Amino acid sequence: MSNLNDNFSFSETNEREAKKILSKYPSDRKQSAIMPLLDLAQRQNDNWLSRDVVEYVANFIEIPFIKAWEVVTFYSMYYTKYNGKYLVQVCGTTPCWLRGSDQVAKACKEMISPDQNTLSKNGLFSWMQVECLGACVNAPLVQINDDYYEDLTYDTTKNILQSLMDGVEIKVGSQNGRTSSKAVS
Amino acid sequence: MLKEKDKIFTNLFGDETYSLKSAQKRGDWNNTKSLIKKGRDWIIDEMKKSELRGRGGAGFPTGLKWSFMPKDPALNNYLVVNADESEPGTCKDRDMIRNEPHKLIEGCLLASFAMNAHTCYIYIRGEYFNEAVVLQNAIDEAYEAGLVGKNAAKSGWDFDIYLHRGAGAYICGEETALLESLEGKKGFPRLKPPFPANKGLYGSPTTVNNVETIAVVPTILRRGGEWFSSFGREKNTGTKVFCISGHVNNPCNIEEEMGIPLRELIEKHAGGVIGGWDNLKAIIPGGSSVPLIPKNICDSVLMDFDSLTEVKSGLGTAAVIVMDKSTDLVTAISKLSHFYKHESCGQCTPCREGTGWLWRMMEKIGEGNATSSDIDKLLDVTKQIEGHTICALGDAAAWPIQGLFRHFREEIEESLTKIRAA
Amino acid sequence: MVKVKINGIENDVQEGVTILQACEEAGLEIPRFCYHDRLSIAGNCRMCLVDVEGAPKPVASCAMPINEGMSIHTNTQTVKKAREGVMEFLLINHPLDCPVCDQGGECDLQDQTVAFGPENSRFNENKRSVDEKYMGPLIKTYMTRCIHCTRCIRFGDEVAGVNQLGALNRGENMEITTYLEQTLDSELSANIVDLCPVGALTSKPYQFEARPWELKKTESIDVMDAVGSNIRVDTYGWKVKRILPVLNEDINEEWISDKTRYACDGLLTQRIDTPLIKNNGKFVESDWNESLSKVTELLKSNDPEEIVFLLGDFIDLETAYLIKKLADSLNIKSIECRQDGCKIPFNHRSQFLFNSKINGLDETDCLLIVGSNIREEAPIINARIRKQVISRDLPLALIGENFDLTYKYEHLGNDVNILTDILYDKNEFSKKLSEAKKPMLIVGQALLNRDDSIQIYSLLESFIEKFNMANDEWNGFNVLQLSASRAGSLEVGCYQKNKNLEDIIDDAHNNKVRLVMSFGADEINYKHFENSKIIYMGTHGDKGANAADIILPSAAYTEKDGIYINTEGRTQFANKASYPPGDAKEDWKIINQISKLMSLDWPFIDQGDVRSVIFDDYPHLNENFKDQTCEYIKLLENKSKDEIEITPKDTRTAKEKKSDTINENIKDFENNSAYKIYNLPWKDLSDRQREYLRKYNYPETWSEFTEHYGFKVVNDIKKKNNVVLPYEEQYAKSLGKVWDDLSYNQKKWAYTKRNKNNLIGLADDANFTPEGIVVISDNQEAYYAKPKEIYFENKKLIPSINDFYVTDTISRHSSTMAECSRARKEMRSSVKEKAS
Ligand SMILES: Cc1cc2nc3c(=O)[nH]c(=O)nc-3n(C[C@H](O)[C@H](O)[C@H](O)COP(=O)(O)O)c2cc1C
Ligand code: SF4
Ligand code: FES
Repeated sequence: MSNLNDNFSFSETNEREAKKILSKYPSDRKQSAIMPLLDLAQRQNDNWLSRDVVEYVANFIEIPFIKAWEVVTFYSMYYTKYNGKYLVQVCGTTPCWLRGSDQVAKACKEMISPDQNTLSKNGLFSWMQVECLGACVNAPLVQINDDYYEDLTYDTTKNILQSLMDGVEIKVGSQNGRTSSKAVS
Repeated sequence: MLKEKDKIFTNLFGDETYSLKSAQKRGDWNNTKSLIKKGRDWIIDEMKKSELRGRGGAGFPTGLKWSFMPKDPALNNYLVVNADESEPGTCKDRDMIRNEPHKLIEGCLLASFAMNAHTCYIYIRGEYFNEAVVLQNAIDEAYEAGLVGKNAAKSGWDFDIYLHRGAGAYICGEETALLESLEGKKGFPRLKPPFPANKGLYGSPTTVNNVETIAVVPTILRRGGEWFSSFGREKNTGTKVFCISGHVNNPCNIEEEMGIPLRELIEKHAGGVIGGWDNLKAIIPGGSSVPLIPKNICDSVLMDFDSLTEVKSGLGTAAVIVMDKSTDLVTAISKLSHFYKHESCGQCTPCREGTGWLWRMMEKIGEGNATSSDIDKLLDVTKQIEGHTICALGDAAAWPIQGLFRHFREEIEESLTKIRAA
Repeated sequence: MVKVKINGIENDVQEGVTILQACEEAGLEIPRFCYHDRLSIAGNCRMCLVDVEGAPKPVASCAMPINEGMSIHTNTQTVKKAREGVMEFLLINHPLDCPVCDQGGECDLQDQTVAFGPENSRFNENKRSVDEKYMGPLIKTYMTRCIHCTRCIRFGDEVAGVNQLGALNRGENMEITTYLEQTLDSELSANIVDLCPVGALTSKPYQFEARPWELKKTESIDVMDAVGSNIRVDTYGWKVKRILPVLNEDINEEWISDKTRYACDGLLTQRIDTPLIKNNGKFVESDWNESLSKVTELLKSNDPEEIVFLLGDFIDLETAYLIKKLADSLNIKSIECRQDGCKIPFNHRSQFLFNSKINGLDETDCLLIVGSNIREEAPIINARIRKQVISRDLPLALIGENFDLTYKYEHLGNDVNILTDILYDKNEFSKKLSEAKKPMLIVGQALLNRDDSIQIYSLLESFIEKFNMANDEWNGFNVLQLSASRAGSLEVGCYQKNKNLEDIIDDAHNNKVRLVMSFGADEINYKHFENSKIIYMGTHGDKGANAADIILPSAAYTEKDGIYINTEGRTQFANKASYPPGDAKEDWKIINQISKLMSLDWPFIDQGDVRSVIFDDYPHLNENFKDQTCEYIKLLENKSKDEIEITPKDTRTAKEKKSDTINENIKDFENNSAYKIYNLPWKDLSDRQREYLRKYNYPETWSEFTEHYGFKVVNDIKKKNNVVLPYEEQYAKSLGKVWDDLSYNQKKWAYTKRNKNNLIGLADDANFTPEGIVVISDNQEAYYAKPKEIYFENKKLIPSINDFYVTDTISRHSSTMAECSRARKEMRSSVKEKAS
């Protein structure tokens, strides 16, 4: 485990957080902490993982780089490139598709970029289609960074994206006024 | 219709807060100690009496599963809660976690005690970030209140509970892949045997249970296994949270009695099919992995494990995906095929190579660029995947397609002929 | 033992084995890709699916342990279909580029497609292609061919101990690679080429060099270190194309080091292929006559006190033995094989051998390594240690430099004083050593070359008593040798008891060395011998050759038969796979020739003679005689008496009857031969002797036997034809003994010789002539035997001009092969002329 590029290291708070994460697992099973640690590092690093970040985490829990890299490339929530300040993930799986996720995607194409995984002109956004986000009764929906925006239409999607651009606060969750997954009636 | 007083999840929609205080008002953590004091055998016995079947999809009897755990106190048993909820159509665990976390945590303590486990991990899918925050808060509350931790709830049982976030991989819902993931590796399902009850997390005996399975445990133990089994039919008992999505007027989650007729479920709770019952084309009754059923079966089928198996489908996760007449079924299923291709871990040959092939063939059919013999080939390939893989994802990829052509082959072939003629 | 039914037939199998192993035991082949005996079970290819009664779906047999009463089916329709399905899936994205793939002809995917695959492909989609991955200069990748069996990854993780390989991405995008496409940092890396069941990982240096079916395959012994890995040498004509491992559980299991595998590249370049003599500082091509007469002149004209013999690292045992014999005959005392300067005055072989044997590592319960970077010095042994470390709790410590050995060990420090501490219980590790039942100490060469090595060595020897390291069952004292020739050279005494290389160098500085004869000694600084004449015998233009005045070209290890004693003291036989280039000769022959020219009284006729004399002088070297001959003898020893003494019943087949007739015929011969060969009546013979004679008298089995020696039975005129020279007596006499005093091995050799001269069996390289049979002897002299009659399959052979070459001009004076063949060519054309 050599040639560590030490551009990255945990911030003080994150170092503390990392120790806390490690304490959840048996002391000889540090590898268990790789997922939360990668997540922590990714959050500290503008929401993406560069090679030195991954190597740092691998060293942190004393595993070979390749094993860490395998994990990074296996899970879809680790990004190996910068995705902008807001990463918009549009669910396109059947339950969402049945309720119009194509329209949501269309709004993203228009507002962000015609292509997925491409930064918007202002460099703030990118979008991608993802598989089921697990909120199907509130379909269609998008996940923007950590938050779900549900029960969308073409218009409400545009509205959300615009508000983010404008820095206007918007309500997270259902956009049609209901509480969580309760029937509207 | 299930009476309000018989509902287990009284705060499923978050009308009240999830906090410990409010949960306790709803009856959670009410003298948990006394339940533990009744002993392990009593708990497992009550669970057996309740006839609760696992809510994660496979429907394995929970009491029986727990009884497989070795009793040797020298062993380091684990309970792992499967909150990876990624099956398309399913979003019930999410509501339980964000609105009723204390039911889950209390269930974890009781189940762990029954299985001789001092440690429990909850593996939650990575996308559920806010839900994880809520659950972590609830866990912290429980620690602070002495409900978990050393001498949990003053029961004399030491119990630690940790939350572990995934990072986007459906396969990690498969229990052994979940364990691999929890150990910090790629989510590759393990070969069985050995089964987790012998060699699971870190090589120790482990039971993996779905969130709902665990969250109903405290109520079952308080009200009695017999109370629970009084709902539904024999072997298909209890209440169940259904997720109704797709072409209904009011998509929602709803707790209902097991075995409720599918039509009643949709009409009573989800405002009916868009355009009326007669506008119904087909329903996937148990999450993306089970074969769809056409309207004529939907008319009368009951929503429980055995009834749906009888019609060659399954209850799965009880995620009801409704498709009305406007639906292009081939595309609907093709999207599921894409899902399985995307989520295949890549470990074993039939699934790695086969899921992509299935999706590509489905797309061709969707484009009208296929013949009847292509459908034969497609079905044969599903047969070559089914049962030949390490885990059930291969089966899950095969079944929706088989279901589609079981019921709609003629219709699809007709449209293919039409396209070719044009 | 557990009872299972396989395809309806009851079988008893070992408890705990998998279905696949049980099926194999029952003689059924289960196709597989990911499963490998020596790696963990992955169960991911799904090729090995079988039906188990009661199981709802087919079961991966490689991973499923057997249960009492299990009923397994491997030949049902479902199994067939499942295999076809898996094959189809494996092939849909495979490029099917066998014609340009180096694996073609030895590819599991190819073979299994033929055996189990579907008839045709139904895949109409585009195939996926995967970028080539860089893995360094040894491994060529073509990842589109990869079938994701993960054998390579598992090898890296489990055996080589380098976690560099992995599978990135998921699903159909999964790709095998090294981290950031770095070179694999393992001295065992190229074993993944053998492991890869398809052509995804192939050998870069061997790329497009040959097709497997064009290659001649010779099993042999590696000389790149002292481990003696068993190898297979694949040759195309003269060229060694590649070297592969051969299974030997006791030594290298299934692996070889990269050095072993790729050293063969060097066999093609910088070779010395003709004798050279330095003239005015420049080498001039010479020939054997000239060069050897110069050599003898030098040997004769110099005072033996002022002659030094140095032995290199690749010398085979026969050569070492002859060098020693030459030195003794000429009264030369300064003979040294320890190029590194080792000073220990060895008195017993256990003092320089790896006594626990390599597989003793599987048994030891405490291991201390002193002064060895074992990973570099003996990668194979290191892998063996690693296997133990990861599979069980083995107390393990190292004293010396702190190396990355690919596994965890306790580093006690880099100071010899620690040894004293341990000996006097002042170190924690003493406790572990004392508690161990089979403690093991590995002493590296680094320790034996120090100035204080003699003291250190005796300190280490006191470990034996202190920690009860050696007893009847166990010897835990191990010296790790580094060169293939060292143990053998030490065995036959090619070293100075109370002196060492330093003394020789001192002599040189004091002008007391006039002549140095270097037998492939390339690790020595020849500057010290500036004032001496240097004769160098070797294969490459290396250090020794550069310093030499006369160069004698010899054969590399793939170009000759030879015995090597490995660091364990195990005798192993290397086989000739190729031949020396140009005029180069096999080493032992050169020395034999010198001895002849020096008119010494011991020249040998062939290598077999040398061997029997060695084994006579050093019988222990014959004990673990591990070549076929030995196994053959063992087989004879083990075979139960009944098997041989079965009286045939009347339900005999024609063939049986025939052999019984022969049996009858030779009954009396048995008695004759008993007297003749053992000088004893039949009844007094030992079982082994009897069996031997029986074999001797069964032509069928005899031919098998002789084939081991490369002889062919061309007739069975044993009794009738009596043109026999009394070879036994002659042979015995040549050894200065009477027949009865010869050892078993010597007698055995005599028989094969006898047969040669008897014309019962003929060497491959014998030439029929109307006058007799010309045999080119091993020292490359033509000589002939003149039988009055030649019988072939009991028919008298009337030599005709078409069958034989006329040889009147091939006289015993034609001294080399080349001359012989030239003469033969001339003859042939003159014969043709005559005929036309
Ligand atoms: C591909 C695949 C995905 C799965 N995903 C989930 C999941 O997201 N949540 C879950 O609880 N069970 C899931 N399961 C089922 C689990 O393997 C396991 O059966 C379940 O967690 C057992 O819990 P239960 O006995 O409480 O049902 C999945 C199974 C497979 C084969
Ligand atoms: S490269 Fe070869 S050994 Fe490695 S996974 Fe692919 S097929 Fe198997
Ligand atoms: S050999 Fe059994 S799955 Fe590969």
